[in-house]
This record gives sequence, structure tokens and C-alpha cells, in this order.
Amino acid sequence: MHPERQEDKGTELITEKRFFTFAEPPEKMVLENGAELGPVTIAYETYGTLSPRRDNAVLIAHAFSGDSHAAGYYTDDTARQKPGWWNSVVGPGKGIDTDKHFVICSNMLGSCMGSTGPSSINPETGRPYGLDFPMVTIGDIVAAQKRLIDHLNISKLLSVVGGSVGGMQVLEWCLRYPQMVRSAVALATTMRHSAMAIAFNEVARQAIMADPNWNRGDYYHANPPTTGLAVARMVGHVTYLSDEAMRRKFGRRLQDRADFSYEVGVDFEVESYLRHQGSKFTRRFDANSLLYITKAADYFDLTNNRGQGGESRSFTAGKTKYLVISYSSDWLYPTYQSRELVQALKRAGRDVSFCEIEADAGHDAFLLPDERLRNILRGFLDGVAEKH
Amino acid sequence: MELQRNTDMRYDLQVIASWVESGSRVLDLGCGSGDLLAWLTANKKVHGTGIERDQNKVAQCIAKGLTVLQGDFSREVDDYPDKAFDYVILSQTLQQVYEPASLLYSLARIGSRVVVSFPNFSHYSIRLQLLFRGMAPKNEQLPYSWYDTPNIRVITLNDFRKFARDVGYRIVREMAINTHHHEVTGKIVTNLTNLRATYGIFSIEKDR
Repeated sequence: MHPERQEDKGTELITEKRFFTFAEPPEKMVLENGAELGPVTIAYETYGTLSPRRDNAVLIAHAFSGDSHAAGYYTDDTARQKPGWWNSVVGPGKGIDTDKHFVICSNMLGSCMGSTGPSSINPETGRPYGLDFPMVTIGDIVAAQKRLIDHLNISKLLSVVGGSVGGMQVLEWCLRYPQMVRSAVALATTMRHSAMAIAFNEVARQAIMADPNWNRGDYYHANPPTTGLAVARMVGHVTYLSDEAMRRKFGRRLQDRADFSYEVGVDFEVESYLRHQGSKFTRRFDANSLLYITKAADYFDLTNNRGQGGESRSFTAGKTKYLVISYSSDWLYPTYQSRELVQALKRAGRDVSFCEIEADAGHDAFLLPDERLRNILRGFLDGVAEKH
Repeated sequence: MELQRNTDMRYDLQVIASWVESGSRVLDLGCGSGDLLAWLTANKKVHGTGIERDQNKVAQCIAKGLTVLQGDFSREVDDYPDKAFDYVILSQTLQQVYEPASLLYSLARIGSRVVVSFPNFSHYSIRLQLLFRGMAPKNEQLPYSWYDTPNIRVITLNDFRKFARDVGYRIVREMAINTHHHEVTGKIVTNLTNLRATYGIFSIEKDR
């Protein structure tokens, strides 16, 4: 352990985004819904060094709007302004220690951060796919990651780690490729969306589709539906926070004014904050990708796989060691949903640990720096590595 | 009986650890910071699982590489299949359980053997206090007052033996010891156990 290196002190990782392309026609990738897609490109980054026995690889699955940039800084980011989204967890001496582990993070299929998605060029038309992009599932996203892991010539992953929609991918890995997964860490996630989670996603989708610029997904040569996308992000953002966190951050404070405006514009700080988050999001994310990925998350159901004939799925194969973590103020995927997952794992006789971390930050808590999470992850991964 | 001395575990846990066979599947209820599980994993290669209510202790356990679930064990045990464990361990907790009979029933379902340890309420110091002071007794094992004690069940070694007989558990092994709560040393009591022992440890199984 390197306690002196736990804080960022110049030992930062420098990383670059790489690309892997597969499923070149006619060998297209067959998706869960039967559609074919190809070629498929997956953007990814790696940190640390693969051991000679190739047995120290940790795959990180990002959440719905994330990307492959989990840790460190890009070579050209000399001002060190854009650390990876999980830089507090992944790095030298950190919870997922890149001095010990070879860490891989790939952008999910259907996204817009370098991997193939609705904004990619459809080779058959020479134009962006838009709604011609086939609907992908969490299973398809994981199948594409599997192709990347095969390409890196890794036959067994020390761990697959992810929060939120990333946690769904972790669970999907365990069901699809149990022999490849030595351990799995599912943070702030669920076996299936509740009606409430689907409802919020639907409001987000409707916000986009109600924007006239959306134009049934065909907007890549015109003005994109930024208003709709911003509103979609505002809704999503509220579900990632909590009552406590919002009270602490904003309360009823007014934005740059002493009294109400008695107009329909911005009065409260929380309004200003959400607008800022919404508009910031439109500069980096594609509206169609949001539609596709939220659908994939809504379809995900570990207890009943409609896409494959409706048979029930269970964690019966493999020797995967599981770690499930929930956050006390997460109302998007509340603790009871993690407990349901733990219950299913116990019933299947799996080796599972569970901890509910006290935090007032809501669903987003898993992304925030937290010493408890670091210690848990470090010890858990060390334990798995030792058992080899 | 020979006990492993190279440990700073509580004495009753040392006795329990010596009873567990190598390579077995163990469930430790109220596992605290995981001392027993860590010892059993390192020295007896057991496949251990713990259940603990306190978040910080759970986090400590997981950080040690142990398999531990945060939760209330009286509820958590219901999820396991029959005979999922070779040993289910309930140390120094039975006296705090609201429904001990139904809990033990669940434990005997999920484990081949159930190992329980509890403070003996018929130790002579307790008897004398009640006799001479006429007040609810306190000692090092049972330090609380009547109004703040978590120990809501008054159990003696004889009571437990009778309970096992009546309900249909076979006592596979038992040991009476003298120690106090955080002490790592103790001794085995062989004569007049119900009078002289501060703790009893029993390994029971369901009659077939």
C-alpha cells in the first residue's frame, strides 16, 4: 500500500484513447434483436501493465453518459484539466491500483465517445446512422467488450467493475462469460429498472423527441436538438442527486439576486445549476445516443431475458467472487434493489459481499472521492489476486 | 485439549476455531471486524462468510479480503439454501436474540452444525449477587443494568441443554470456559460447569 500516494501528487497517469475495429462486413456482429451491425469500433484506454501471465486485468464499465477516459490525463492535456471520470479510484496506489493491475475501460457500443453509435457513419449510406442504428442491449454492449478483451489476448479478468449502468454490464459479464470473470464489483446498480427509473428515462427521451430539431434522429447536418437534450440531462441529473444533497448544495438560495424576479426566468440557484449542467452536457453528448442507451438500460432485466426467449437467468455458473455496494441516499437504484441482487446471489450459492455506504450524495456517490470505497476496492481486489 | 495460542482472538473464538474442520464452509453471524473469519481463512482454509450490521466493520472485513454481508442476520439467513454451510457460528449473541428458538431452527436448516457461545447466567457470582443483594446481577460478562442491557435472554448451561433436548437438537460437543469478554486467555472448566463457568460453547445439530 502507498498511503503517501493516495492523493494526486504528480504520479498521475498519462493515457491515450485507442480504437479497436471488428465485425467488418460480411462478418457483422449479430445483435440480441437479430439485427446485424458492422464494422464496429470500440474506443478504449488502458492503464498500468499487463502481467506476463496476463492475469491482472481489471475491466471498468462506465455509466450511461461516461466514456473510456476513466483515469489520468490525455497526452495533450498539459494543463491537467480533464482527469478521467474515476480518477479518485483508478491510479497508482489508489483503490484500483494501476501499479498492480492492468486496467481497461472502453466506451460502450451505442455511445458517442469514440465507439460506434447512432452518430457514426453508416457505411451503406455514407451518412450518420441516426435511427437506422439498430437497438443495442446491455448484452450487446458486453458482447462488444468481450471482443475487445479477446483482442487484447486476455482469457480471464481479475475483475469487472462498474457503477449504475456500468454495474448492469458487470452483471451481464457474469452471466454471459462466467469463466472469464474472477470477481465482479457492482456499485449503485440494479438487476432491472423499476417503473420509476423507466419513467424518468422516458421523460428524458420525450424531451429530446419533442424538440423540433430532433427531426426523427436526422439532425447531424443541421442544428441538433440541444434544448431537448439539455432538459433530458436536467431530469437525469436530479435523479442522481438526493433531497439531502440538494438541500446542502442549494437550499432555497436565490441566484444573483436579493428577491424574486416575479418572472418565469431563473430565480433559484438550483435552477441555474441544472441549466448549466444541461447545456454543458449538450457540448459533449449526442441526443440519439441518450435515446439508445436509456432504452438499453430500461430493457435490462437479469431476472427475465425477453430477448432470448424469456427464460429466467441465474448466477449458477463460474466461481466469480462478487462485491455489491449501494449508497444510502441513492433513490434511483435504492439499497433494496442491491439487496435483491445479493439475495439472488446467495440463493445461487455464490460468494458475495455487500456493503451499504452511508452517503448523502445520492446515486452519484459512487463517482465521488471516498476513502471507504478506495479501501474496500483495494482490499477486495488484493484478496482476489492472492487466491490465484 | 490443545488450543492454538498464536492468536489474539477472544478465548471463546479460539475454542470455536479449534472445532472447525479444515476446508469447511463457515457462516459467522455478527462477525464484527472479522477476526475469527480471517484466522479460519488463513489457518484452516475455510470458505468463510460473515454477516455484520455495522457498516464500518463490514468495510474493514471486505478490505481484508473476507466475504461479508451487511445486514441483520436474523433476516439474512433466510436466503441461503439448506445445508449451505458446514458450520454456522453464533458467538456471544444468543442472549440478545428476540426469537432464539426460530433463529436456531433457521441456522440448523442452513448449516450442518450450529456453534453457539453465550454467557452462563448461573455462574456462582451471579447467584450470590442475587441471593445477597437481591438486585439484578452484574459482572464482567454481563455488565449492564436491567434497563439498558442488550442481553434480553437469561440462559444457563443447564437451560441450553434442556432446550436442545426438548426441541430436538443433538449436542455434538460442548465446552464450559472461564474468561471475560475481551480477554484472549481463559481456561476450560470441567467440574460443576453450570456453577463455575462464565461461558458455554455448544455445537449442535438437528436430530435426523
